[in-house]
Amino acid sequence: MSPAPNLLEVREVCKQFPGVKALDGVELQVRRGEVHALLGENGAGKSTLLKILSGALRADRGEATLDGVALAPSETPRERQRAGLVTIYQEFNLLPFMSIAENLYLGREPVRRGFIDWAAMHDNSRALLTSLGLSVDPRREVRHLSVAHQQMVEIARAVAQKAKLIVMDEPTAALGHREVEILHAVIQELRTRGVSFIYVTHRLNEVKMVCDSFTVLRDGRYVARGEVGGVETADLVRLMVGRDVEFSKRAHPAVLRETVLAVKGVARARDSSGRHTIALNDLSIEVNAGQILGFAGLVGAGRTELARIIFGADHCDRGVLYLNGSELRPLRSPKDAIRAGIALVPEDRKQQGCFLEQSISQNMALPSLKRISRWGVFVDALQERQLVEKYRAALRIKMANSAVAVGTLSGGNQQKVLLARCMALQPKVLIVDEPTRGIDIGAKAEVHQLLFEMANSGMALIIISSEMPEVLALSDRIVVFREGCISGVLDRRDATENSLMELMAISAATAPVRSAAL
Amino acid sequence: MKDDTQPQQGTARRRFDAVAWLRRYGTLLFLCALIVFFGLENSRFLSLRNVTNILTEVSIYGIIAVGMTFVILTAGVDLAVGSLLAFAGMSGAFVMQAVEADSTLGWLVALATATAVGTLVGFLQGKAVTLFSVPPFIVTLGGMTIWRGATLILNDGSPISGFDANYRWWGTGSIAGIPVPIVLFGLIAAVGLVTERYTRYGRYVYAVGGNPEAARLNGLDVQAIITSVYVIVGALSGLAGFLLSARLGAAEAVGGIGYELRVIASVVIGGTSLAGGRGGIGGTIIGALLIGVLTNGLVIMHVSSYWQQVVIGLIIVAAVAFDTYAKSHR
Repeated sequence: MSPAPNLLEVREVCKQFPGVKALDGVELQVRRGEVHALLGENGAGKSTLLKILSGALRADRGEATLDGVALAPSETPRERQRAGLVTIYQEFNLLPFMSIAENLYLGREPVRRGFIDWAAMHDNSRALLTSLGLSVDPRREVRHLSVAHQQMVEIARAVAQKAKLIVMDEPTAALGHREVEILHAVIQELRTRGVSFIYVTHRLNEVKMVCDSFTVLRDGRYVARGEVGGVETADLVRLMVGRDVEFSKRAHPAVLRETVLAVKGVARARDSSGRHTIALNDLSIEVNAGQILGFAGLVGAGRTELARIIFGADHCDRGVLYLNGSELRPLRSPKDAIRAGIALVPEDRKQQGCFLEQSISQNMALPSLKRISRWGVFVDALQERQLVEKYRAALRIKMANSAVAVGTLSGGNQQKVLLARCMALQPKVLIVDEPTRGIDIGAKAEVHQLLFEMANSGMALIIISSEMPEVLALSDRIVVFREGCISGVLDRRDATENSLMELMAISAATAPVRSAAL
Repeated sequence: MKDDTQPQQGTARRRFDAVAWLRRYGTLLFLCALIVFFGLENSRFLSLRNVTNILTEVSIYGIIAVGMTFVILTAGVDLAVGSLLAFAGMSGAFVMQAVEADSTLGWLVALATATAVGTLVGFLQGKAVTLFSVPPFIVTLGGMTIWRGATLILNDGSPISGFDANYRWWGTGSIAGIPVPIVLFGLIAAVGLVTERYTRYGRYVYAVGGNPEAARLNGLDVQAIITSVYVIVGALSGLAGFLLSARLGAAEAVGGIGYELRVIASVVIGGTSLAGGRGGIGGTIIGALLIGVLTNGLVIMHVSSYWQQVVIGLIIVAAVAFDTYAKSHR
């Protein structure tokens, strides 16, 4: 299939984790000077494969060659880097308090008479950065750089290490539109110099934009390999999922019920300290009982920001909240919000949601403890067990017993525990930020079903999702955010991926988008 | 990776896991081994008198260690407890002298003052941690020298002694044959255990230590909870200061030097994670006993006190190293 000999050749790689076969006979070929997309759902085995390639994990079986040289399984990440295989993770491996130049040449500093040759180091760094189209002073500390620039520094470092193959894990997850374009330009430039890339992404439109060929994994198995030209996005989806994806929808509520939450004129200035990176302008929304309101928009467009303000987790300069028609006193903390009847499932399950090392019952009952404590002091063990059992059954959570640490559950079950926690509060308004991030397609459908059930019971729901098919499937009405403003409100009947994308996109002149992120 | 692959959890549980077992019972096992070893080595070790001695000694810093467990569960630490013990004890004795209370009420004035001073100082340190977001290590490192200095200033560096019998009873008397400090330690440990396991507050402490951001998003007042643990350890340090002065018959400016080490070591050897959210008072009690048995046993074996310090230090490092190993092992 490939005329030129492959740069990377991976064959029959297997990796077994306790109870899970993460990789089962996976193969992967990357040609010289091409950008190769590695595709698959969460749990398909992409990250495991990347870790094996980078030397962070050892495969149980299988072999790999880079540029004709076998990669020994015992090699450390450092040895792999020397061999020319550099991996850039989502969390960068940069030292924030050191300069760009120091980061670029860490461990390989140019030396003159036994001392670091700073002049040479800075000159080389500047030349390197310029060649990548980046005009920043190499003496700046890395922590002052934007995410996009830090990523460029990572790429520059890979180039300085004479990388033959650069592996990028979800490189655009935290980037804005402009920055994605710059990244793609750099990738193209390096490709012409003969550097190959493995590009992992969930955004299939980017595959069409930047990649030459692709490999699809599913459930730890190799599914397909092909050229990007001539393949439709829908075909890729089918390969990844194994079937056509059609999220089920629910019957549209017949009558519009009373407004539960109204938000009027929320505004916040950009914070000079950089904590709030965008300004919010005059955001107003309404949610009715039994309704699901979807928030769509790119990361950083204001959707999560508004949700956190409604929940009292962040502050705003102006704005009023009405709950069931009466004005709420300004919410100073999540505590106030929960007391008023607003609950939130945060976007980052591990950092903001779970107490990973603590038991399921601790995780599920925590905010409800006041209600099930005698004299507000002693936790009533019986009531706690009943609460956990009730919501375990209602949400169909799979667990050995409620004393098990939440960190041992699968992503889908963790998410259900967080939903259960919020349901136990019996809120009037439930906000769910990224309801299915990082969970399987099967669990995804189940979570969707649960959200429908909650809405049907009369709760007002706000759903935030980066996945457009999900927003479209779940929402009765969709609010679209763009750069801190609401750029449009669509009824579900009028909304399509294209109409959403038009409202979300920062400039009309962006690259043609056929289908968006899955 | 898939939802259905979780049940292996159960099968893993059934297999005997030596590392996990040792992680859980290792400290207790080591404590028992030490007791047997010292008992065989010297018959005096297990005499009633010596055992009472060990337990009384353990009680004073054990009381503080109960409070310290809460602090460390929130991922904090309090280095000032030794100095605060001295300062509170000295304050109690000083106020008692100053108001010239008679012998029926003198101890009460001293006890109340010492506990109040401890509580107040704990509150100040807790506020410094939460209000100004200064790391607890720094706040209490400062506190360690501040309160030691304040103790010296208070009575010009000289001790206060000459307490009456009612005062001394708290350190040397006994209730139903059990020395008062041991009774108090037992009571406080019991209250601590109940608080930790059966109250809302106990759950909140674990939550704040396990994931402060998630705790906040669950409607917990994280700052108030963090402040409260420093108040608890402060109050208990004050009480311990009073007890120590009653036991020794003098409030000394050098009282409680090195207690912070023993207290923190008790908690850490007992398996509470310095990263917060994991561990508990049960382990702390074992840790405190272990240190008490070790110190006493080494004295009885005529090992120099210089070497004792070396041994205790090694055990702290070994305990944490093993815990870390066991954690990565699973």
